[in-house]
Amino acid sequence: MRASLALIAALLATPLAGQDSMPPAPYAYRQLEDPAQEAKARELMETLRCLKCQSQSIADSDAPMAGDMRSQVRIRIAAGEEPDQIRRWLRERYGDYVSYKPEVSAATWPLFAIPLLLMLVAAAILWRRIGTRR
Amino acid sequence: MNRWRLWVPLLLFLGFVGLAGVMLAKPKSEFVESRMVGQELPYFALRPAAPDRPGLASADYKEGQPRLLNIFASWCLPCAAEAEQLRRLAEQGAVIDGIAIRDKPADVAAFLARYGNPYRAIGADDLSEVQLALGSSGVPETFVIDGRGRITYQHIGDIRAEHVPILLEKLEEAGA
Repeated sequence: MRASLALIAALLATPLAGQDSMPPAPYAYRQLEDPAQEAKARELMETLRCLKCQSQSIADSDAPMAGDMRSQVRIRIAAGEEPDQIRRWLRERYGDYVSYKPEVSAATWPLFAIPLLLMLVAAAILWRRIGTRR
Repeated sequence: MNRWRLWVPLLLFLGFVGLAGVMLAKPKSEFVESRMVGQELPYFALRPAAPDRPGLASADYKEGQPRLLNIFASWCLPCAAEAEQLRRLAEQGAVIDGIAIRDKPADVAAFLARYGNPYRAIGADDLSEVQLALGSSGVPETFVIDGRGRITYQHIGDIRAEHVPILLEKLEEAGA
């Protein structure tokens, strides 16, 4: 009993360092008033990678830096910036890494071309088989 | 006829396994490098983060002297660990500016009192805005800025003893 209480206490204790004591950024956890703008911001945030946590989007992460990124995304959307502009701004700083949105580029085009090619080959084989049977 | 054709799928498969093996054996870089290296410092003007040092603005970097720009925070343990190396860099003539990320003035003051203050100026970046504009993805990071305000080098993570000569050399290259 005592051991399990100690365990629970240990699990609930927060580490002393490694997290700042500042309040979250203004729009880290607050939605925009305009639902259309919020939807736009939300869609963008779900496809931006949290740089501290690396396998979460900034929409999913509770890291303070992700909160700061969400706040910046919302403020910029509210100021009338387009999601693509914001994504480009971040990609200019962090590279493709920051974006989860698939992008056709010099390095990624085979990923899009190969499935198409395979489908064409499969169609050709099917065509020949069905053709020869008749 | 065409017996060699039977081997094509196996060869393709082996090729794939080989490629996967080679790529998996490569160690993955843990760092997200900034694409801003080689570019002009983005515009910023930050209030002072500590009582006895001025704040920091991008305009300060047009004075012709290269400097180190250290991104740190009082709540960050590796930042405390690199304090000793920053002190050595300052002793050897490096001018160091700091940007404190998400930090309260009292916490910054306590941190500097405990680990030393090698900074010429310290700006407070409360919403990580300048950090994002610099393409920095964590604390601590250290940038080398040349005399015209261009970023010439990025060091990611805490500075250890072996990094001191590298940073001094990069400062030299930037025109110190």
